[in-house]
Amino acid sequence: MEQFIQQLVNGISLGSIYALIALGYTMVYGIVKLINFAHGDVFMVGAFIGFYSITILDLGFFPALLISMAACAIFGVLIERIAYKPLRNATRIAALITAIGVSLFIEYGTIYIRGAQPEAYPNGIVPLKSLEIFGVKISGQSILILAVSIFLMIVLQFIVHKTKIGKAMRAVSHDMDAAKLMGINVNNTISATFAIGSALAGAAGVVFGMYYTKIEPLMGIIPGLKAFVAAVLGGIGIIPGAMAGGLLLGVIEALVSATGGSLWRDAVAFIVLILILIFRPAGLFGKNVREKV
Amino acid sequence: MNIFTKAKGFWGTIGLVVIFSVVIQFLINGGTLNSFYVNALFSIGINIILAASLHLIIGITGQFSIGHAGFLAVGAYISAIVTMKLGLPFPVAIVAAGLAAALAGLVIGIPTLRLRGDYLAIATLGFGEIVRIVFLNIDYVGGASGMTVSHMTTWPWLIACVAITIVVIVNFTNSTHGRACISIRENEIAADAMGINTTFYKVMAFVIGAFFAGVAGALHAHNFYIIQPTNFGFLKSFDILILVVIGGLGSMSGSVIAAISLTIISTFLSNYPEVRMVIYSLVLIVMMLFRPQGLMGTKEITSFLKMGKSAKGGVQHDSKNTVA
Repeated sequence: MEQFIQQLVNGISLGSIYALIALGYTMVYGIVKLINFAHGDVFMVGAFIGFYSITILDLGFFPALLISMAACAIFGVLIERIAYKPLRNATRIAALITAIGVSLFIEYGTIYIRGAQPEAYPNGIVPLKSLEIFGVKISGQSILILAVSIFLMIVLQFIVHKTKIGKAMRAVSHDMDAAKLMGINVNNTISATFAIGSALAGAAGVVFGMYYTKIEPLMGIIPGLKAFVAAVLGGIGIIPGAMAGGLLLGVIEALVSATGGSLWRDAVAFIVLILILIFRPAGLFGKNVREKV
Repeated sequence: MNIFTKAKGFWGTIGLVVIFSVVIQFLINGGTLNSFYVNALFSIGINIILAASLHLIIGITGQFSIGHAGFLAVGAYISAIVTMKLGLPFPVAIVAAGLAAALAGLVIGIPTLRLRGDYLAIATLGFGEIVRIVFLNIDYVGGASGMTVSHMTTWPWLIACVAITIVVIVNFTNSTHGRACISIRENEIAADAMGINTTFYKVMAFVIGAFFAGVAGALHAHNFYIIQPTNFGFLKSFDILILVVIGGLGSMSGSVIAAISLTIISTFLSNYPEVRMVIYSLVLIVMMLFRPQGLMGTKEITSFLKMGKSAKGGVQHDSKNTVA
């Protein structure tokens, strides 16, 4: 039983990282209908920026987190402006192939610049004690991850629902042409969406590095794909769906590892994806939309 | 063009292929081609089969599948089991590999081909990963350390498989079924309205594509001595995808040309794998920005030779967009 709760806590920590990445996927998909394959690599870049600001600039955890988020936001906007914007009216597949190209470019560009060797995040950046509740030991890092994620999600909800740019984002995702006619600057709104999503991915990268300690240039692929699964699970384009989907996926994976199938963990996410696409393609929170000719 | 001249062209091409393969065989036997060139030649052949089979799924039927390495893995492992564990001859392994991959294509195709566009892409990507993880977890085939396979892929087998693949896929494209597939690519709803059983044809193209990917898997496994699950990750799928996209979605000869030229380029860049991937990804991005229809578009090389005649298996207009 204790083991079970322990795994549940691990799953929630992992799930909140997935949720942070999934938010970026879902926001971008909601607004430009593009699976931004490069999102997992923004996550990787965020982890490295965090690593270098801690080791080289000798900063603490929170300044490193902020620097990483800011840098990733700029990086995300650059990706959007250079690679995706010229393709806004192209076919979906052309955009998807470009996204794959950008993803490979970031991965191998990073390897080309700094080599493929992994780095270890320094231990004890945040001196946190473990917590014991009813005999279940919860590491301080899990709590920190959860706190950071929840805080960022609340900030995101505030931005999306209470600010002007959030209103513009919702309008553009609802109907891009109508939003344009209403005087909304669509290009800036899309860039802002990429900036916010990438900043969340950057934060997830730093948190991931701190939790798992090992980072490497290809680390973004699998968490990126799984975060996409989480976004689909919750209903793509729906922000609360991404959060719920991420947490749910994290918990499912942790439970599968706990029942002895740790090697199957990676497969489970994709089985969940295929099942959800077959039985409920709109996702848990989504509404079914009939296709019209 | 009447049937007689068409048939003559066909047998003429086959004759040229036979002459070409005999010449290459002599060069290999005589030692004129050293093992570096022979290896490159074998990689080219395997990549041509892979590109042609994915071309049928993406280029002709318009179903964006990015889990092709999964079928390659099924073919490679099944053929390795047939020859190494059961001790049966290599031709049996090739056929078994193709059939097993086709079965996998059928099983995965029926549910996922109801999805469209990006969702299909992600589902097939997920399928590829599942296949890789399944082989990773089966101790019978060696788990993560993989399986050693003896070298059985010879030049005659390779060229025969390449020729059969191309002939079957080209003939399929030009048949009634192929035209049905093209109509699905052009407009699925319209094709449905014209009475074409779109699900049936999508699954059919998927199964045929998977079959040949499995054949390529058998050749791959018996050429590289060892197969490991890590060889069949999504990066392998992307490698195959790049061949089809750069050659031109919807162009058989484009895929073949891309398979030949990119394999040669990557052979020479094999000491610098990251440079290769950086170049590949840049080419992919620049291609989508400036020539999204790929090098050949939907045209075939034959349509350049006989100007004015209609291109095989393609739309008649040279659209500026990707077909899928």
